Amino acid sequence: MKIAVASGKGGTGKTTVATSLAASLGRRAQILDCDVEEPNCHILMSPEIESSEAITLSTPLVDMSKCNLCGKCGEVCNFSAILTIGKTTLTFPEMCHGCGGCMLLCPEKAISETPRELGAVETGSFEDVEFVQGRIRIGEAMAPPLIKAVKNRLNPNKIAILDAPPGASCPVINTVKGSDFVIMVTEPTPFGLHDLRIAVEAIEPLGIPMGVVLNRSDIGDHEVQTYCGEARLPLMLQIPFDRQIAEGYSRGKMLIQTNPDYVEKFIGLFEDVSRFVRKRSETKQEPQS
Amino acid sequence: MKIAITSSGKSLDSPMDPRFGRAPYIIIANDAGELLEVIDNAANVNAMRGAGIQAAKSLADRGVSVLLTGHCGPNAFTALQSAGIKVGSDQSGVVKDALEKYRNGGVNFANGPNAEAHW
Repeated sequence: MKIAVASGKGGTGKTTVATSLAASLGRRAQILDCDVEEPNCHILMSPEIESSEAITLSTPLVDMSKCNLCGKCGEVCNFSAILTIGKTTLTFPEMCHGCGGCMLLCPEKAISETPRELGAVETGSFEDVEFVQGRIRIGEAMAPPLIKAVKNRLNPNKIAILDAPPGASCPVINTVKGSDFVIMVTEPTPFGLHDLRIAVEAIEPLGIPMGVVLNRSDIGDHEVQTYCGEARLPLMLQIPFDRQIAEGYSRGKMLIQTNPDYVEKFIGLFEDVSRFVRKRSETKQEPQS
Repeated sequence: MKIAITSSGKSLDSPMDPRFGRAPYIIIANDAGELLEVIDNAANVNAMRGAGIQAAKSLADRGVSVLLTGHCGPNAFTALQSAGIKVGSDQSGVVKDALEKYRNGGVNFANGPNAEAHW
């Protein structure tokens, strides 16, 4: 089971929900922090990091003594990372997405690979929970290949909880793709609703079922609930504003550490999600009439 | 000899567009000041990234020698330099006036980019 936690808006409580959900499930869970630009599950969990692996992307290196200036490499590249111009073939490594097309197509075998460091994937554990996080190199613009490297460590025998970055662009899509369910964490404010709508619209085409966790549920207005009703998004958990939770968070403590009574609620959330996923796969398997 | 000028429209009377990679049109003229070709740059205008690199490529393919534009970023400048295209940046006004200024020797060529890379 793979459950992604996403939001649209930043600061709604994705990491709070992801860490407490994983920690409530204990040894059954694995948490993967896919917010590689600002991974911060580790702040709430203080995991023991056991290994760190550098992740690189293969970018082209041209041997001009072999290049016949045919330009095939530049024609196949969608990102202008390689280009034959004048009497030379230029490369722009920071534009490269690492597909390797130029290397395959070069008739003179003039292009070899040179690695560009994207960042690192760190693995370890928090108590019984397996912990994985990506950390992008500062200055690197391309998060998706690093997110894929984080997801390569996904343990199929565990309930994988993937903490997504905020927003609705490529890194979010790369995180949630392949998940069985997406938990959208939001807050009952015009901002929370606005960004939730965008994220739902972005994720919907993937066909992954979604549900909403409403954080600080007793502040703001009622518009998110109304929207959830209209959009048929199940409202799965409401977390009222609680000074104790906020204080714990400000000291880097997980929600279930300051409020242990939430363990049951998070286990309930997981059970609701798995029931939803199960029901959906059953209806999917029914023969179409 | 061919001279390229980044333009907001399709004629020599159009105002220049200061952007190189994302100008809507690039006008090619000869050194007598006559219009030779209008490149529709729409594909690059909407490119995610690499617009300047692709625009440089289309100038190189046409055998352009001189570019008159407003801003030119680092990747585009590298590509133009590799193609042996001289860059007169910080130019503005109407296309034919910029062309005239160049023909009268009033344009200095840049030694480097004058804009930041786009992210």
